[in-house]
Amino acid sequence: MASKASPGKPKKKGLFDRVRDTQIWKSIFRHGYPDTQRNRALAVLSNVFLHLHPVRVRKSGIALSFTWCMGGVTFFLFLVEAVTGILLMFYYRPVAYSAYNDIQELRETIPLGMMRELHRWGAHAMVLTVWLHMFRVFMTGSYKPPREFNWVIGVVLLLLTLLLSFTGYLLPWDQLAIWAITVGSNMARATPLQGHEGPFSQLLTLDGEALVTAGSDVRFALLGGRFVGENALLRFYVLHCVFIPVVAVTLMAVHFWRVRKDGGISGPL
Amino acid sequence: MDNVLAFLRWIVTEAAAPKLLVPLVFVALILTLKYYRVVTKPRVAGPIGLLIVVFLVGSCFDANFRKIITKADNIPIILLLFSVFFLVWLSLRRAALNDEAAEKGEPPLEARFKRETVLVWPDLVMIELIVIVGLTALLAFWAVGLPAPLEEPASAALTPNPSKAPWYFLGLQEMLVYYDPWYAGVVLPTMIVVGLMAIPYIDTNPKGNGYYTLVERKFAISVFLIGFIVFWIALITIGTFLRGPNWNFFGPYDYWDVHMSVPLKNINISEIFWVKMLKQGMPEAWYVRELPGIVMVIAFVMIGPLLLAKTVLKKLFKQLDIVRFSVVVTLLLFMISLPAKMLGRWLFNLKYVVYIPEYFINL
Ligand code: HEM
Repeated sequence: MASKASPGKPKKKGLFDRVRDTQIWKSIFRHGYPDTQRNRALAVLSNVFLHLHPVRVRKSGIALSFTWCMGGVTFFLFLVEAVTGILLMFYYRPVAYSAYNDIQELRETIPLGMMRELHRWGAHAMVLTVWLHMFRVFMTGSYKPPREFNWVIGVVLLLLTLLLSFTGYLLPWDQLAIWAITVGSNMARATPLQGHEGPFSQLLTLDGEALVTAGSDVRFALLGGRFVGENALLRFYVLHCVFIPVVAVTLMAVHFWRVRKDGGISGPL
Repeated sequence: MDNVLAFLRWIVTEAAAPKLLVPLVFVALILTLKYYRVVTKPRVAGPIGLLIVVFLVGSCFDANFRKIITKADNIPIILLLFSVFFLVWLSLRRAALNDEAAEKGEPPLEARFKRETVLVWPDLVMIELIVIVGLTALLAFWAVGLPAPLEEPASAALTPNPSKAPWYFLGLQEMLVYYDPWYAGVVLPTMIVVGLMAIPYIDTNPKGNGYYTLVERKFAISVFLIGFIVFWIALITIGTFLRGPNWNFFGPYDYWDVHMSVPLKNINISEIFWVKMLKQGMPEAWYVRELPGIVMVIAFVMIGPLLLAKTVLKKLFKQLDIVRFSVVVTLLLFMISLPAKMLGRWLFNLKYVVYIPEYFINL
């Protein structure tokens, strides 16, 4: 697949240049070496991932001391979680008799066991960075018009990040896991109207029968039972691995799109 | 020397008790905001930061302190504390520089480059690449150095003491000390989320959009920081490091003794009113019994807004329309309800203002 040596050129072509000249390379990257304005613009425009970005950005916007890169770091950590999470899914089965053992196997024998560490510490880090990102956006007043709605989407993303972390907390199925989730989900018991120990819930009756009981309130719906058991494990697994990530990815797409449509990273007018 | 150490320990333990720590953090924050131009100067903020590091490192000589600080799942909170401290400094420092520039009629730092733009490739892509490589290295280092914990297999019969929620919810769990689950665990979190979402629509101040500043947004930033630093970060810190078995308070150098008993001496408003003040028995019917508490709540809800409109919100009251102003006041009242109950507890051993177990309504 070597290209024809062009007669007028004195310099010999290196391996890299040869690869760049192949039909395969050219079919993937439809622009020349990004050393000209045009090719640099094309590098971004012709790549679906880089195309999350505009071609040009305001210099002040990308200064590390302005954004602290916290939104970007949050997104990167989300990707780390996705990759390590998928690898963990190869080994982990969300049923009570095997969940704990699978985690133990990951710790002790499975070569990719470090994925668990990456996944857990990455999750902690993501909670942290998403708070810091919100803090930065607040301190620069970047939620002000025209970015109001993107802030609202951000708050939902913050909530989803916490829920992702919370649902994942149960999966190791150890003492720490079930009791943390027990403490957390006990709150749902006290939901006004919808929890069986919540204010006013006993006012909801049908023919004198209570409608909201320990076997029918929101906590029951969340856990699939009266306590944190097998059903809760399965529900949390599905929420953690499928439902919340899908919603989060969708909203992140909207979030990034809106950053661009609202005029790029904010700056003084 | 031993005496000095013992004295220092005593001071730290006393100051760490929630009834002192929360007010201390609050006062420190208010002072920082008031004197931000001086406090954020590197030669002032630097030594403060150093002092915190010295405190943490020095305290690590204590076995109990070391044990709780180095628990694997607590590492993120240490990171959180340092990054929040650093970033609060950074943002207020930039605000101070911008505000000084504004006084001289100069534009903020962020306007240095005016409309100057750069190409995403290579400028931004390069930054992203460096950050990705650096973060990957950091995470790999963290993952190799610190194994993820795994405790005993789940058992519904053995309740650990203390049972703690995941660390990012410990601020909420700490609020349970003061309010019942329906309020601390459901209503307040809901109001936090609603309040956050409402921010862009109630803050109509057009200034300070896209650059750091404090003078132009003093009220908004103060309220946000009080919520974030005092009622979120500080409460998480207390919930993680200072709450042991039975959610009792333990100083940072104390051993978590499961058998420590704390006398329960909290009482309800109804008891204070009927028994202590009127020296008679408690009325039978709940609506009579709880009348004093209900009156107090109604007074809080009715007189609170008037007081706010006359004092801290005086300017806002003139600027905002009635809908926005009502939302602001409602959110603020929810926020104030937390420190109000805290003060009641710390000063009067107040348990419930309103106690109607018949309907699960306890406030
Ligand atoms: C999963 C969570 C999130 C991800 C991955 C994310 C990602 C990003 C990224 C990459 C940016 C570009 C600028 C930057 O890096 O700072 C950005 C901007 C922004 N984010 Fe987020 N974000 C998240 C959550 C949030 C939250 C919790 C909020 C606020 C409550 C928020 C509000 C905003 C706003 C208003 C902007 C525009 C800022 C500006 O123009 O200066 N985002 N986000």
